[in-house]
Amino acid sequence: MTTPALELRDVSFAYREIPVLENVSLRVEPDDYLAILGPNGSGKTTLLRLALGVLRPDRGSVRIFGEPPARARGSLGYVPQRARFDLDFPIRVLDVVLMGRLGARGLGRPFGPDDRDHARRALARVEMSDLAHRPIGALSEGQRQRVLIARALAQEPRLLILDEPMASLDERIGRSLWELLGELSREMAIVCVSHDIGAISRYVRRVACLNRTLHGHPSQELSAEVLEATYGCPVELLAHGHPHRVLPPHEGDS
Amino acid sequence: MLEALELPFFQRVLAAGLLASVACGVLGTYVVSRGMASLSGGIAHAAFGGVGLGYLLGFPPMLGAAGFGLLAGLLVGVASRRLQSGLDTLISMVWAVGMALGIVFVAMAPGYAPDLTSYLFGSLVFVSHDYVVLVLALDLVIGVGVVLLFKEFQAVCFDEEFAQIAGVPVERLFLLLLALTSLAIVTLIRVVGIILAIALLTVPAATARHWSSSLAVMMGVATAIAASCTTAGLLLSYELSRSHGWSLPPGPLIVLLAAAVYAVSAALRGRRAGSG
Repeated sequence: MTTPALELRDVSFAYREIPVLENVSLRVEPDDYLAILGPNGSGKTTLLRLALGVLRPDRGSVRIFGEPPARARGSLGYVPQRARFDLDFPIRVLDVVLMGRLGARGLGRPFGPDDRDHARRALARVEMSDLAHRPIGALSEGQRQRVLIARALAQEPRLLILDEPMASLDERIGRSLWELLGELSREMAIVCVSHDIGAISRYVRRVACLNRTLHGHPSQELSAEVLEATYGCPVELLAHGHPHRVLPPHEGDS
Repeated sequence: MLEALELPFFQRVLAAGLLASVACGVLGTYVVSRGMASLSGGIAHAAFGGVGLGYLLGFPPMLGAAGFGLLAGLLVGVASRRLQSGLDTLISMVWAVGMALGIVFVAMAPGYAPDLTSYLFGSLVFVSHDYVVLVLALDLVIGVGVVLLFKEFQAVCFDEEFAQIAGVPVERLFLLLLALTSLAIVTLIRVVGIILAIALLTVPAATARHWSSSLAVMMGVATAIAASCTTAGLLLSYELSRSHGWSLPPGPLIVLLAAAVYAVSAALRGRRAGSG
């Protein structure tokens, strides 16, 4: 059996006594592409922060390729929900991507030509090479999201973690990014969080539904029952460009 | 006007002012781009408590200012990372308590403090040779720190969350940045004064941001603006005193000049943005 890219065992976490996650177990294989669905406040971001080592679980264990997150930073890439930074910050695109090399370079050592090569390759991968010297604030939202993916790729991840990566994008740009992630998923494990069921694309291989606990074993097909348990109300399953998924019949429909 | 440049006391204050411009151009860039202006204001005013303690106990007030500034920076810096709310209230308390302590200490100190207002608003005549050396030393400390940790400071100011995930010790670096800011404030005390230090720390950097596409460029532009305004302000202060007999400390003149440069820069930038 291979070492899983991400493994959560009976993980519980509470913020100020309020349980956010309860007994969550999850196993992500090195070639997996998993989407975690859940409504707002379901603990999705907490789960990611546990995986990234920013938070520690109250109970249970988190392992990245068999190691605690703090020691596995070299295998992780992270793409935030949206740019949290100040768009007036004086910095060029290439320098933002270079930040993906922070972990590899180490404290107090300047970036070298090697790091710049990595950053340029990552920018080429997301088709943003032309804009390497633009100020980050001069980019469109979709372009910025590509830069953040490039920054994560510069980390040379074996596991890429994305927090609502398409949340602020219009559908057309979102689709092109999903395609990019689909390509990347052939080279690395991907875990992507979303509250938007419609955003789950045909490129995702597995779906887990989270609302404080995980609903449905992640290997299971996304079903209306699982979604209903997650969202606490009936959910309409829409097939986004997925020719094989069958829509459950609506009551009252003829 | 340029005869001033031949006077030894003026040469000293100009040297201190130019060296301080480097410190505030570099640290001001971080203060503005990380949004630490009110935090730095708190540090600057708390430093006055240290000046007063120096008077009271008879040690160099600059040492007291540096010590109080570092302490205030540490306190507010740690609090800013722990508190869920109320940070601005805490900053104003540190701000006011520092000033109050300074005034109480000075009142308790024996004798008269002739150069007290010079700590508040700067002065043309109280810069000693030793102070110039101190400012130079602080510039070197700041320079070494910023060169060594440039990419880390940039990451902490730009996107703290990502820096933390990448394994950068964010909190320690943030506190170190605040400590360096306290030192930059000390370099400003004699020339522009404690009350106005925060202006020279922020206004040139805010102006530089209009025209900079990287932190390093912004530091250079901010330093140049600060140095120009400092030089002009010192010359003007000297000239007004010589020709009109006004005893106008240089601090306010420097700050007003910097603000005027900012206004012109903002207008130019707005016009460029409007036409483009």
